[in-house]
Amino acid sequence: MIKFSKQQLKIPQMSKPVYLVTGGMSKFDRAIPEKRTEELVIDAFLEAAEFIKKSPEELKSYIHSCYYGHFADHFGDQLLGEAVIHDRLGLDPLGNVGVKTGGATGGSTIWEAYKAVASGYSDAALAMGWERMDEVPTDEGNHYIASAADKDWETPMGHIYTGYYAVMAQKYWQVFGKEEDSFRRTLAEIAVKNKGYARMNPHAQSPMKITVEDVLNSPVVAHPLRALDCCLMSVGASCVILADEETAYKLTDNPLLIYSAAGSHTLRVADRRNMDIPLLPNETPDQYKDLGKRFPGGDRYPGFTGFLAARMAAYYAYGMAGIVDPNEDLDLVELHDAFTISDIQTYEDIGIRPYGEGRTYVESGECYHTNPLTGKPGKLPANLSGGLIGNMHAVGATGIMQVVEVAQHIWGRWGEMHGDEAKWKLFNRTKPDDWTNLQVKGAKRGLAISHAGVGSHVTATILMHPDHKLERKA
Amino acid sequence: MSIENRGTVKVENGRYRVKGNFHYIYPNDPIRNSKGELLGVTNPRDVTHIHTYGGEAPFFENLSKGKLLATKCTNSKCDAHNSIFIPYRIHCPDCLQRCKQVDITALAQRGASVHTFMITERTGAFNTLETPIRFVNVEFEGIATILMGYLSVGEPKIGMKVVPIFQTKNPTFTIMDLSWVPKGTSESDLPEGFSF
Repeated sequence: MIKFSKQQLKIPQMSKPVYLVTGGMSKFDRAIPEKRTEELVIDAFLEAAEFIKKSPEELKSYIHSCYYGHFADHFGDQLLGEAVIHDRLGLDPLGNVGVKTGGATGGSTIWEAYKAVASGYSDAALAMGWERMDEVPTDEGNHYIASAADKDWETPMGHIYTGYYAVMAQKYWQVFGKEEDSFRRTLAEIAVKNKGYARMNPHAQSPMKITVEDVLNSPVVAHPLRALDCCLMSVGASCVILADEETAYKLTDNPLLIYSAAGSHTLRVADRRNMDIPLLPNETPDQYKDLGKRFPGGDRYPGFTGFLAARMAAYYAYGMAGIVDPNEDLDLVELHDAFTISDIQTYEDIGIRPYGEGRTYVESGECYHTNPLTGKPGKLPANLSGGLIGNMHAVGATGIMQVVEVAQHIWGRWGEMHGDEAKWKLFNRTKPDDWTNLQVKGAKRGLAISHAGVGSHVTATILMHPDHKLERKA
Repeated sequence: MSIENRGTVKVENGRYRVKGNFHYIYPNDPIRNSKGELLGVTNPRDVTHIHTYGGEAPFFENLSKGKLLATKCTNSKCDAHNSIFIPYRIHCPDCLQRCKQVDITALAQRGASVHTFMITERTGAFNTLETPIRFVNVEFEGIATILMGYLSVGEPKIGMKVVPIFQTKNPTFTIMDLSWVPKGTSESDLPEGFSF
C-alpha cells in the first residue's frame, strides 16, 4: 500500500506568477529528410517570434535560460544534442539543460522552464522540444522505444512497447469496457474525431476522413487495439517562451497565466502496488466504494487500469490553478492520446469523468468541437489539434505542441494559425475544401496532459486568461 | 561482413576483462533524392555492450536452475514489512533496506493467475519470440506486485491458472529463460530447452 505524507501532498506554491508569452511549431511528419533537426527547431522559434511580431533577435534578448526536451538520444544519434540546438539558436552562453521523461518530455520541459521563472532565476525562459524518429526503420524504432521499458525485465520480450501498454488496454477493455461492441465503437470514435480534426491542421502528419468502420477494419496491433487506434511516430519541433509578469507584458499585451505540475509512477507496470484512490476536488470519499461491485475486477487501484501519475499531476495542477471541476472550469483540453483506450483512461485520471465512466465523455458528445448529438458547442472539446493520433507524436515536442494549441484557442487566434493558405503551401499540404475553423469560442482556460510510457511520468499544464483567473482554494 | 571473434567478458579482481571484438566496422552509403542530390549518409554500426545485473544477478542465475526468486522486506518498522516483490527488488521501495531473497518457485507452481494479457503480431528489431507474442501479467497469492512474462502454450485469458517453466537447457541468463504455460500442460508440450 502506498501512502502519501502531508508534505508530499502539499499543493505547490510558486514565488511568483508565470506567463506564457508565445509559442510556435514546425511542420510534423513521419520523415523530413530535407531538414536537419536544428532547421525544424528554428522553424518553431521563428513562428513563436512572428506570433508576437518580434524579430528573433529581440525575442532572444529576453531569454535568460533554456530547457530542451529531446527524449531519445539514440533516435537522434547525437549525445548532447541540446548543445547543438542551443548553439544553432545562437543562445550561448546562456545556461541550458536537457529534459528527458519519455512521452512526457515536452510537458516536463515546460515544467522546468516554469519553475525557473517562478523561482526568479530567470525573467524569461525558452522551452523547446523536438524529436527525430525517421532515421531508423520502424522495426528499429520500435526497439528504441522499447528501450524505455526495463531493459532486463521487459525489453527482451518482443522489443515492442505497444505490447507493454496493451496489457493495460486489455484489462481496461475487460473490466470497465466489459468487452462490449459499443465500447469498442466508442474507442474508434476517438480515432475518427482526432484524425478528422487533424485535417484542419496544416502542421498535422496524419489527417484522415475515416469512419468507425475504417478503424474497426484496420489491422490488429494488439487486441483490442488496431492500427488506427494508435499514435504516430513523428519528426518535428515546438517551443514556448515563459516569463514573469513584467517581462511578459513587455513582450506582448496578451500573455496567459500558466501553471505546471508533474506526477510519476513505476516504470514497470509490474511494480504497481495497491492503494486508495487519491481524490480530486470534484470527487467524494465514498464515490468509489462500490467500484469493484459495478466493475468486477476494478477494485484494485491503480492496478493496470489507471494512471496514478496523471491523477497526481492533475491533483497538484488543479490545486495551483484553483480548478475544482475540469468540466466547469476548463474550456478545452489537449490529452495524450497515445492509444484510444489510454485517452479514455486519462479522462478518469484527471477527473473529467469518474473512474469507470470515461467512455461517457465521448458518448455524450461533449469532447467534440461541436457536439454531434446536440449541434451545440461541446462542453469540453478535446484534441482539436488532432492529438497524437492525428497530428503528431514527435516525443520531445508533443507536450509543448499541446500547450501551443491550447493557447491559440485562448488567444482567439487558432483560425489564423491553422487557416493561413501560405502555411499550407509552405508545408506542401493541401488545405481541404471543407476546412473548418475549430476555434473554441470564448475559450478562457485550458489544460494539456503530457504522458510517458505506461504512466511513468505525467505533467498537467493549465493555461488561463488573466481576466479569468480562478482563486486558489488552499 | 561476417561476425568473427565476437567479444566476451570476464570479471577478474573487480575489473572487466574483455576478449575479442566489441564492434564491427561497415562502410557507409550515400542517401540521395530522386534527382540524385545528396541528402545524407547511412551510419552502420554493430556494438556489443557490457551489462551488470548487480544485486539482481541471483534472480537470473536461478532461472537457469529452474527456480523463481523474489524478495521480501523484513524491516518490522517499515509499512511494507513482509511485502514480497517480483520483479525482484534489491531494496525495499519504502524503507530502502536490502530485501531478503525468497524462493517462490513452489508458490508459483501451485498456480499463479493471469491478471491481464495481450496478443500481438508486431515486434521490434532484435525480437527472439515467435509471433504472435502472448504477454501475460501474472498475479501470485500474497505478493504485492504483478509480474510480466510470456505464455508459451495455449491462449491466455484473464483469471486462468498458469505455472512457470524455465529454460534450463542452453539458458540465455535473461528474463527470456522464464515463461508461463497453463496449469496442467504436459512436459512434452513445452518449448525446446524448457522444463517445469
